[in-house]
Amino acid sequence: MSLIHESAESLGKLIASGDISSQEVTQAYVDRIESAEPDIHAFLFVDTERALAQAKSVDARLAAGEKLGPLAGVPIGIKDVFAYTGAPTTCGSRILEGWVPPYTATVVQKILDAGMVILGKTNMDEFAMGSSTENSAYGPTHNPWDLTRIPGGSGGGSAAALAGFEAPLTLGSDTGGSIRQPAAVTGTVGVKPTYGGASRYGLIAMASSLDQPGPCARTVTDTALLHSVIGGHDPHDSTSIPGPIPDVVKAAKTRDVAGMKIGIVKELGGEGYAPGVSLRFQEAVEALAHAGAEIVEVSCPHFDLALGAYYLIMPSEASSNLARFDAMRYGLRVGDDGTKSAEQVMRLTREAGFGQEVKRRIILGTYALSSGYYDAYYGSAQKARTLIIADFTAAFEKVDVLVSPTTPSTAFTLGERVDDPLAMYKADLCTIPSNMAGNVSGSFPAGLAPEDGLPVGFQVMAPPMRDDLVYRVGGAVETALETAWGHTMLAPLVKETR
Amino acid sequence: MNDDLMDYDEVIARFDPVLGLEVHVELNTASKMFCSCSTGFGGEPNSQTCPVCLGLPGSLPVVNGKAVESAIRIGLSLNCSIATWCRFARKNYFYPDMTKDFQTSQYDEPICFDGHVELEVDGDMFEIPIERAHMEEDAGKSLHMGGSTGRLAGADYSLLDYNRAGVPLIEIVTKPVYGTGAKAPEVAKAYVSFLRDMMKALGVSDVRMEQGSLRCDANVSLMAKGSTTLGTRTETKNVNSLRSIEKALRYEICRQGAILAAGGRVTQETRHWLETTEVTAPGRSKEQAEDYRYFPEPDLVPIAPSSQWVEELRATIPEVPAQRQARLREEWGYTDVDMQAVVAAQGVDLIAATIDAGASPQSARKWWMSELARRANALGIDLEELPITPTQVAQVQELVEEGAINDKIARTVIEAVIAGEGTPREIVSARGLGIVSDSSALIEAVDAAIAGNEDAAAKIREGKTAAVGALIGAVMKSMKGQADAGAVRELILERLTTLGNTD
Repeated sequence: MSLIHESAESLGKLIASGDISSQEVTQAYVDRIESAEPDIHAFLFVDTERALAQAKSVDARLAAGEKLGPLAGVPIGIKDVFAYTGAPTTCGSRILEGWVPPYTATVVQKILDAGMVILGKTNMDEFAMGSSTENSAYGPTHNPWDLTRIPGGSGGGSAAALAGFEAPLTLGSDTGGSIRQPAAVTGTVGVKPTYGGASRYGLIAMASSLDQPGPCARTVTDTALLHSVIGGHDPHDSTSIPGPIPDVVKAAKTRDVAGMKIGIVKELGGEGYAPGVSLRFQEAVEALAHAGAEIVEVSCPHFDLALGAYYLIMPSEASSNLARFDAMRYGLRVGDDGTKSAEQVMRLTREAGFGQEVKRRIILGTYALSSGYYDAYYGSAQKARTLIIADFTAAFEKVDVLVSPTTPSTAFTLGERVDDPLAMYKADLCTIPSNMAGNVSGSFPAGLAPEDGLPVGFQVMAPPMRDDLVYRVGGAVETALETAWGHTMLAPLVKETR
Repeated sequence: MNDDLMDYDEVIARFDPVLGLEVHVELNTASKMFCSCSTGFGGEPNSQTCPVCLGLPGSLPVVNGKAVESAIRIGLSLNCSIATWCRFARKNYFYPDMTKDFQTSQYDEPICFDGHVELEVDGDMFEIPIERAHMEEDAGKSLHMGGSTGRLAGADYSLLDYNRAGVPLIEIVTKPVYGTGAKAPEVAKAYVSFLRDMMKALGVSDVRMEQGSLRCDANVSLMAKGSTTLGTRTETKNVNSLRSIEKALRYEICRQGAILAAGGRVTQETRHWLETTEVTAPGRSKEQAEDYRYFPEPDLVPIAPSSQWVEELRATIPEVPAQRQARLREEWGYTDVDMQAVVAAQGVDLIAATIDAGASPQSARKWWMSELARRANALGIDLEELPITPTQVAQVQELVEEGAINDKIARTVIEAVIAGEGTPREIVSARGLGIVSDSSALIEAVDAAIAGNEDAAAKIREGKTAAVGALIGAVMKSMKGQADAGAVRELILERLTTLGNTD
């Protein structure tokens, strides 16, 4: 194994002990990015010089005897939805082309404060709208398992960077599954924390009441380590939860589910799910039962409403959040030739700067909020949301966690669903309920589907502020399955990239 | 284009005006509604901005607790109920001076609602029903450059200043105000005047109409006598003084009256009051109501003021200014005319503070309403802007009453205080103005000199002041030189002219 295949945890230890330098690790990743990017295209911007300078600084601090956190000196990729001073931040959109934020998102600042090294910004569907990264204005990302396949979305760049060994850790954001669905289809780990568990300040909003930053990694412990770096209260985000977050690192290392009650969500499985997905999901459940967990089936009848309600609430909020891209203050400006009014320039800029899917959602949301339709659309969707929350509450009275496949199918082929938005939206069927309710949810690798040899994701959902439970179950799944396989999930890719 | 206008009395004979007033009060909090930027007026353009009030992608608002406190206090002062739970809402519309292209405001859950205000106008009592008072943020300012008028039409380009973007506003909205009859314009003026005084008494706003920290949009419609159907209203903006409110409404009533009398229909629209020509002119038409697509602001958590907090704030609500004025007039023993003059000069608080500092009501009024009013007037500033405090005025009066200085010298002392030379006592001692008074020995010496030089004294009384030299010499001699010759001269002249003055 070379440096790029090491876990973040082990890299952190090697750097802290002085066995290797952060500069060596960073250089190894910079080299890997250079060789892999023509195939994968996980990055929109590689910040080589600044990354190496950050690595050098961490090395110097460690050499001077400074005590730093467990991830000091470890590189990371940041989804291009987060503001980071001095780095172009596009959100995968033409409308923000060339914009360099004058401020840094809280979670990114926490990453810098932990002594981590930022490699660059990762690709995504435009404004995080999509499940394949095909909506990026800068070209799609390819799945390292099969370059003709999608890496999931919107955070496909962050997930592919992990599976392609271009970064040991990445930062994502999840509005309807944008961390978990890419994790599932790339064989990596991704957790959407409890809503309010990590600050949204500097996360460019799609839907404020659903968006949540979260950690992405190749192992459960690495994910938890990053989670504990980015989590916690932020006075700049009114919706962030006061008080400390649960000890997720300890939970990830527990690897013990004996006595836990685990509920299989009846509504998230069966018909419409790929056979390999159902098979691997079942195996993971059996592994948990074998490890001593009690398995029960739980019905959440209102989850059927989730997708429909989501596609009213999310576009409504997005239509308002995306209004500010009006060419007046930053980003793209079209038609400013001295003859046109500000309103005309706004119109032309938004016409040219936004892609199809973004326009579709802005129109949908504008309609859903318009007077006379508000109650029927936005209002009903909020009622459905209340029912989904009630389903979760009732379920968590019976069980500790809920489980389901993360996504109904494995990675589909690039181009396969671009003209069929509804088929695309269904990729998030299982992940959306947790955004609607604000509870914590993570996706963990469950093996490869026999029919296509592509990764399958296992989703664990826990009550708000019980992020630890997701890691505890995820860690147990990881240990049980890798023991059974005799290798790690990404082992087949390690061979290819050696 | 000249509007047809109907005679005001004729309109009132046929129609009842119905008022609706929307007043925006800019709060005087140190920081903005949702960020920590300064709210100071007149800063270098865009110097008081940050990612939040510039609406940069990814930034998030955090509510200013002080603004919520001010909102609740304003609501309580207007006899409103205070919501136990309410939210902000987004009002969506595109405009370059709105950094997010939505205004964070409140919609169907205002923090204050269902209040009322009682007003007296020329002996008649009116009740103004308050629908709501809600919190929102101000927008930036567009500056249209290159044109001759400073307006958008004809401009070469526009500049945007976002210093004002995000400054906290409270919008106070009345329900339709019926039954004001011919006094509608005066009632509207009295209402805004009441709000101005109340906000000032609460200390929540600078309420300077000329700087825009108090803005009034005046709605009016005419209802045919005996009818219960509301007429079509117009909303007049840009009414930036109390006088304009009255004039603009009177104008609109006459204009609408002429239209209706001629069998026409009033167009529902926003109109602008033009200060120079004293007419209203049409702005954007509201025939097609704009759809603001309001929805609860998801970036902010609901506001739930505890009843304990509300009660604590209720205890800080000052007396209604009009009631306070009536009470003080009684206490101070002023005539109605005197008190009205004091109120008009915005001198109530200054006089009250001067009295608190020890001056009698009559002397406090004398200084503020004559000498100080004259100086403020000459400088073109408000009384309270004079660089002299009520305590200092009280001290001047104290010096006069001690006999240390006379009224004439007091005026010199006031001038010196305003010039920044120090407190009245410091000035009197530094300039030696009080030397006359400091020892009764000096006065005794003067009186002795007068008594001992009857001839010289008589000449001085006749106006031959050259004779004063002999007396000064006598005084200086008896004081062994421990006196200021100039002051002695002044004292001698003063005593002789005062003593000889019989009116």
